[in-house]
Amino acid sequence: MVFKKYIIPRFIQYITVLFIGITLVFIIPRLLPSDPVEHQLNRMTAQGQYLDPAAVEEMRETLQELYGLKGGLFQQYINYWKRLFTGNLGPSFTQFPTPVVELIKISLPWTLGLLLVSLMLSWVIGTMLGGIKVSFPNSILAKIMEVLAMGMRPIPYYIMALVLLIIFAFIFPVFPMAGGYSMGAKVGFNLRFILDLFRHAFLPIMSMVVLEIGGWFLQMRNVASNVVEEDYVVYAEASGLPKLKIIFRYIMRNAIIPQITGLALNLGFIFGGALITEIVFSYPGIGTLLYSAILAGDYNLILGINIFSIVGVSTAMLIIDLIYPLLDPRVRYQ
Amino acid sequence: MLRVFKRLFRYDKRFRFGFSILTLFIMIALISLFSPYNMKAWNTVPRDMASSLKYPLGTNSMGQDILWQAMVAIKNSLLLGLIAALISRIIAIVLGLLAGYKGGLFDRIVMTINDSFIIIPLFPVLILIASILRTSLSITVLGIIIGLFGWAWDARLFRSQILSLKEREFTKTAVLSGMKTYKIITSEHLPYIIPLIMAATINNVIWVIGMEVTLSMLGLSNLNTPTIGTMIYWALQYQAIFLEKWNWILTPIISCIVLILALYMLSTSISEYLDPRTRLQMIKGE
Repeated sequence: MVFKKYIIPRFIQYITVLFIGITLVFIIPRLLPSDPVEHQLNRMTAQGQYLDPAAVEEMRETLQELYGLKGGLFQQYINYWKRLFTGNLGPSFTQFPTPVVELIKISLPWTLGLLLVSLMLSWVIGTMLGGIKVSFPNSILAKIMEVLAMGMRPIPYYIMALVLLIIFAFIFPVFPMAGGYSMGAKVGFNLRFILDLFRHAFLPIMSMVVLEIGGWFLQMRNVASNVVEEDYVVYAEASGLPKLKIIFRYIMRNAIIPQITGLALNLGFIFGGALITEIVFSYPGIGTLLYSAILAGDYNLILGINIFSIVGVSTAMLIIDLIYPLLDPRVRYQ
Repeated sequence: MLRVFKRLFRYDKRFRFGFSILTLFIMIALISLFSPYNMKAWNTVPRDMASSLKYPLGTNSMGQDILWQAMVAIKNSLLLGLIAALISRIIAIVLGLLAGYKGGLFDRIVMTINDSFIIIPLFPVLILIASILRTSLSITVLGIIIGLFGWAWDARLFRSQILSLKEREFTKTAVLSGMKTYKIITSEHLPYIIPLIMAATINNVIWVIGMEVTLSMLGLSNLNTPTIGTMIYWALQYQAIFLEKWNWILTPIISCIVLILALYMLSTSISEYLDPRTRLQMIKGE
């Protein structure tokens, strides 16, 4: 029953996301008036290289082949999917002939680290604080937390990262301004290198955590304040259960379920935030790769990162959705 | 509508704060229309002046007056937010209400597509578009593009509101007493939805302004048009942080933060008003 009612719709959703997202990435460049091939050629001639017309014509052919712009629209679309299924996103243009997939693979661990650590920290802290706020609504900590959450939540990732960068890397230079580890540091599994990694990761992680705690806090507060009024909580209080048990087993346990849905739904947004934060701190992940692709006009790399992030985020979301029944008995026993 | 507004203004200090700041910003935007300089041109004033009576916030390394430039930037950013929000509103309202009222298979299909747009990370997609269009991105074009992508959350929100309204007692009473459907929608449901739409719209404007700042920082918009984002972009290009030209870099950052906080206060205040329990507390507290 769970399988039919819960898991199949999730898979349908997953496939729809992939289909829409990837088709979107296919259509957008073809709908827009400017042609990436011409753009690339213009860049080359603008750099002052002399190219004889025959060579330009040949290059145009090659580029069209490379971008999958040959043949009719439908044929292009089929080829596009074929290429994707073989995991081929084409070569990067500026770092020719390194495949785009290879470049993404190098950057991915950095982004994953940043994303996972900041996500876990902010989710756990925000959720706990939200629960505490509802359980002890009049404590000073709860009130301060509420004001802070309200003030931090709407600020864009970019602005927050920039402000932290100015304060903690420039005015008070406690943390490095850029990079994933110090220049010239020996890469290896030793304490010195790990501390160095940590120092470099601290500000990017902080800037994401500070922003996201507010969101989780406010959502938890809203849900938990409804749970508090449920009959079973009132009953638990009346029967004299210890306060901590009520908070954790009765209030938090129930309010946490929408938090998990929230996690799945916000993933795309948070992923975007991680990319932005990386760019500000020149953190060597996918965001910075994307930035270098923009600067160099490496259209194929931008396209590849797009496809990768759509597949990555929707797969992560599917995983969260599939874990969900383990946490929510109502779905399991439907 | 006006009554809601008056009541919020009287009882909620967040609304008062947000509303006053927003009014201030709108006034700034209006005054900026009388800017004595052409903000797209460089070297209209001496470069790198400290703040003085003539140039209250000083001038930047490109020879532009920072105060006037910030004012024009605020106008452009607000304008962009409005254009994008307007477009995404139309899509969100039409889809959300249709899905909510029609239900059934139509609802399911629309919501599956809708959820896809929630899940797809929009930031890389917007970068893809902007990197192809680049310099031809005027405020209007950028607004339209961001608007075309920013509707999915709100369509879902409006739909869920309709679904809950449909189940309420008063809807059933209205249906049983023979009220026409469009009458129910306009006179019974609309009063509930309009504040929600307003809160969602304000949140959307916040998102759009943030998105513009981010795209501009990547150099992916028309960099000659002053907006909050392009101002930060140029300040960073000229190493304003390292050269400690705080008047240049901090002016756009602070105005962005203040504007966004004001908008956010407004939207939370309105959406909390929608919850009758907090409304009761609000009036009791006074």
